[in-house]
Formats: sequence, structure tokens, C-alpha cells
Amino acid sequence: MSATDLDALDAALEHLGRDGSVLRMSETEAEERSGYQPPTGEGLGERMIMNMGPQHPSTHGVLRIVLELDGELITRSKPVIGYLHTGMEKTGEELTFLQGPTNVTRMDYASPLFTELAFSLATEQLLGIEVPERAQWIRMLMCEVNRLTSHMLFMATNGMDLGAVSMMLYGWREREELLRFLEKVTGLRMNHNYIRPGGVAADLPDGWRDDLLATLEPLPDRLEEFDTLMTGQPIWRERLQGVGVITTEECLSLGVTGPILRSTGHAWDLRRDMPYLRYDEVDFDVLVGSYGDCFDRYAIRLNEIRESIRIIHQVLDKMPSGDYRIQDKKVTPPPRARIDESMEALIHHFKIFTEGFKVPEGEAYVAIESPRGELGCYIVSDGSSKPYRMHIRGPSFVNIQSLPHLMHGGMVADAVAIVSSVDPILGEVDR
Amino acid sequence: MSGEAAAATPAEAGDAPEPELLHGAPVARSGGQLTVHPARDGYLELVAALRGDGYWVCTDLCGVDYRGYGPSRGLPPGVSPERFEVVANLLDPTARRRVRVRVQVPEDEPTVASITSLHPGADFHERETWDLFGIHFDGHPHLTRILMPDEWEGHPLRKDYAVGRIPVQFKAPRSAR
Repeated sequence: MSATDLDALDAALEHLGRDGSVLRMSETEAEERSGYQPPTGEGLGERMIMNMGPQHPSTHGVLRIVLELDGELITRSKPVIGYLHTGMEKTGEELTFLQGPTNVTRMDYASPLFTELAFSLATEQLLGIEVPERAQWIRMLMCEVNRLTSHMLFMATNGMDLGAVSMMLYGWREREELLRFLEKVTGLRMNHNYIRPGGVAADLPDGWRDDLLATLEPLPDRLEEFDTLMTGQPIWRERLQGVGVITTEECLSLGVTGPILRSTGHAWDLRRDMPYLRYDEVDFDVLVGSYGDCFDRYAIRLNEIRESIRIIHQVLDKMPSGDYRIQDKKVTPPPRARIDESMEALIHHFKIFTEGFKVPEGEAYVAIESPRGELGCYIVSDGSSKPYRMHIRGPSFVNIQSLPHLMHGGMVADAVAIVSSVDPILGEVDR
Repeated sequence: MSGEAAAATPAEAGDAPEPELLHGAPVARSGGQLTVHPARDGYLELVAALRGDGYWVCTDLCGVDYRGYGPSRGLPPGVSPERFEVVANLLDPTARRRVRVRVQVPEDEPTVASITSLHPGADFHERETWDLFGIHFDGHPHLTRILMPDEWEGHPLRKDYAVGRIPVQFKAPRSAR
């Protein structure tokens, strides 16, 4: 834990307010003022408004950034979001708790299992149930594999954004191998709807252990290759070191979490600091950087892949036998075989899938560590089978607020590196 | 410190002597999680006081529309329910604890103080809450729509805003075989 105190935090707060890196301008005005304005004699060096995105390849989807430029320098900027807004929180109020994961899994499409997990944990907290031991370990296993795929995706896109195109291919290749494992277990490459309130959708299939070990086996060598390709490369380092620097206090003030906060040297990882599932029973390191720049964020994600592999191996050793979902007739459907012989089981099955299970009234906030930072789920229930209010605190949504501060005073060319290093997933930003 | 903050909301303390108080605001527990229920005018002071206590991070802020909500809302005595509620989740990274601040916001005057001066990270959250619930945040530097288009009318997450349906026209299959 770094030695942050309130005075340093106040100083950062004042600094954030003073340096004027956030552009406050309506989208319409930005539209009108955008484009090239020929400098006149008097107005030479006048600031120019430029729109980057929403159709820019390096914006990871549909992020638009309004940049105020002074020549090559970025003075102020404003992320404009909402292009992917589909009202998923409103939709969530229309779906039962059982259908909920199908909705939330589409938010952060690069790490869907985490959103499902946050939703399920919040629901379970309201229900007051604890899922069986094996379900918890399966959830951990799947989430860590998902973290690998998410970080591999980052490696690929980060490489592509910065011109290391072969990295794009390598990152995608590894991700695809891991997705194959996820597909084998959940039936889908993405948007799994695998983690549900009460446990997981299905037990791990036969031969999962060998499959997973075979998938993981080449990874350490591949990570070495990544190191050779990028970490030690002078061009790569030149492009990232000292670019987009942020401090711990600024991160805390902005609510920024995940690899960005850790890159500043502040060791904060919910898996270790506020453990959920069985993370307190596995051994792993929380990686921190020292400069808070793009290179640190890259290096942290690269090494978090190694830590996740470490966790997965421990989960493989400790995976208990038992049930993969809670045997509570009110929450989970009865086993298929029981339906054939028991009328009551058939009724329970029918009830759960038509009207869903009722969740006691109340509200709960649960936070987990997604690959991008703190992923929270706030659910208000009125005692019916649908959430009264379902809110997802997407880490990307908050992290994107750091963009103006990261870009302030930097070069236009670095904007791409900075957006890439924040690694936003716009599905989660816009929801 | 708690004495100063209690002075800021004397009405609250006077109305409800029984509940546990945190900086003068009644406290409740919901499923083991700590919630604080300040009055609307004591909200900013409470968040400032909590920030002094180590709750440095505002992880989340969202609105809830309780229109037509049947059961009791788990409010401590002395807090009268209103239609809207603004919920701020604060995190103390040193002591590893969380607190949830729930402010009641009346329907006829949906305005509450902005905490962006203390937690600049609440900027987007407050814009989102304004956009989707129409709750106004006093003192926010740039309270504009964030997820919906600028010219959008209405606030979609309100309970009296129906889920829209757009008729989808399916084409007839080209060949009936």
C-alpha cells in the first residue's frame, strides 16, 4: 500500500481542477468547430478542435474524443460516449433474475464472465445463499481463463494500435485457443451466460483438465516471445515510456481502478484486498508499476497473464468435487433425471423458467476485480422475480474519465497509445 | 469531526434519536453493508466528512426511481422516502471498507448537490444519472446528456418511461419452395 494521505489527495484534487485538461463543450458545438481552420495572421497558433472517432480504428469501438489541439499538442480533450447505448439497465428491469446474465454478459464483451459473476453475486447476496464449494472454484477457474483472453485481446489491440502488427496476430491466436476452452465448457465463445445465480450453468465437461493443461502449456513460452517482440524493444519502449502519466492520487480521485491504478504503484486488487469467491485461498502477486505510464500498464497486463496462469494451476490442484450449483429448489432447476420421475420437480422446473424465482426485497452492491478494474453490480429488488433496478458499474466507464488527464500536454500521436493503454470496452461504457 | 458534521444536520439528529448516527446522518445496514442516509442538504457535507475519514474513492453513483415500489425500503427511522434516490458507493482503500450513501430526492424538485468537487470521478456518473433519471446535480461543471443523444426528450430509466418497441418488419421468405 503506497503512502497516500489526504493532503496528497487534496493536492491532486486541486491539480485536477486547475490544469484544465477536460474540455467542456457540447457535442454540437464541437461538431461546428471541428475541422481545419486556416490560420490567419492574427490567429496563428489558435487552438483547433479535432474529432477523433467514433469511427477511428484505434478507439476500440465507437469512442469519440474531441481534442483541442495547439499545433501538435493536445491541450484539452473530451471523451464522447453513448454511441453503443442500448439501454441494457432498462432491459435488465424487464428480465427475470434467471434471464439477467444473458443481458449483462453482453456489456463487457471481452470479459463477459465477470459481469455475469458480479450480477450473480449481487443476486445471491439478496437471496442470502452461498453457492457450493465446487461452483465457487469453477467460477474462479473460468474467470481467470477469461482474464487471460481479455489480456490477450489487449496485447493484440495494443500491438496493432502501435504498429506491431504481428503482435495482433499472436495475441489473437492465443486468445482463440483459450476461447476454444471456454466454448467447450460453456458452449459459446463469448456471451456465455454460464455463471448464473445459484452456481454455474453446467459442470465442467469430461476431459476439461487435460484440455486446459494442453491450452496452457505453450503459453509461458509464448509470453517469452511477447517479451522478445515488445518489452525489450527500443522502439516499443520509446513509444510507451513516459507517455500518459498519471499519479495514484489522481487515480483515486477519479475512481480509476485496475491496471491503471496499479501502474502508479498503488497495489489495489479486489481479489487480494477484499476477497470474494475463494481468492483468499490461492497465492498470487498483485503487480504494480512505478511510473504510471503506458509502458507500466502494458507490462502489468502482460505479467497479470502469468499470475492468472499461476492461479489457474492452483485451482486445478484444489478443485473439489461436489455440486456445481446450489440444490435449492427455489433457485435452481431440478436435475433433468428428476423431472421424469417427479411431478413436483416438473412443477419447479416449469415455475423457474416461466416466472423465475423471487428475490427478497432489499439492495446490494457487489464489486469484483475484472481485467479492467472494479466491476460493481448494484441491484434493488422489490421482492419479485425481476430486479427493480439493476446498475452495473463498468470499470471502463470510469477509467475513460482519465483520458483527458492522460492526454493533457501530450502529442496527438500519443493519443492512440493512451486510449489503447486504458483498454476501454465500449459495450460496457455505454451499456 | 463527528461533532461538526452533526451540527450541519441538526434536524435529522433531532427527529430520530434512536438510530446509529454517522456524522449526524442515520445509518442502516443492508445485508451486512453499511448505508448512510443523509438529508438532501447535508449530503455534500457528509461525503466531505467521509472523505476525511478515509473514504477517498467514489466508486459508483447511480439513481433509483422508487415510483410504485411496494415494500419498505429499509430506511432508518426519521428518513422519509421520496420518489428518487441517489446512491453513492464510497470506498476506503486503506481500511478496505465500503459505505453507501443514499439520498432521498423528491419528485417535484429533483435536485441534489454535486460531489464532483470532492470526487471528480463522479462526473460521468452524475451526467448519467441526469441523463437517465433527470436528477439535477447542483454545481456539476457540465451537466449534459452522456448516453442518450443531446436532443433526446425524457429520461429513460424512470419508471414511467415505457420500454419502447419498434415494429420490426420481417420479409416474407423469397421462395416458398
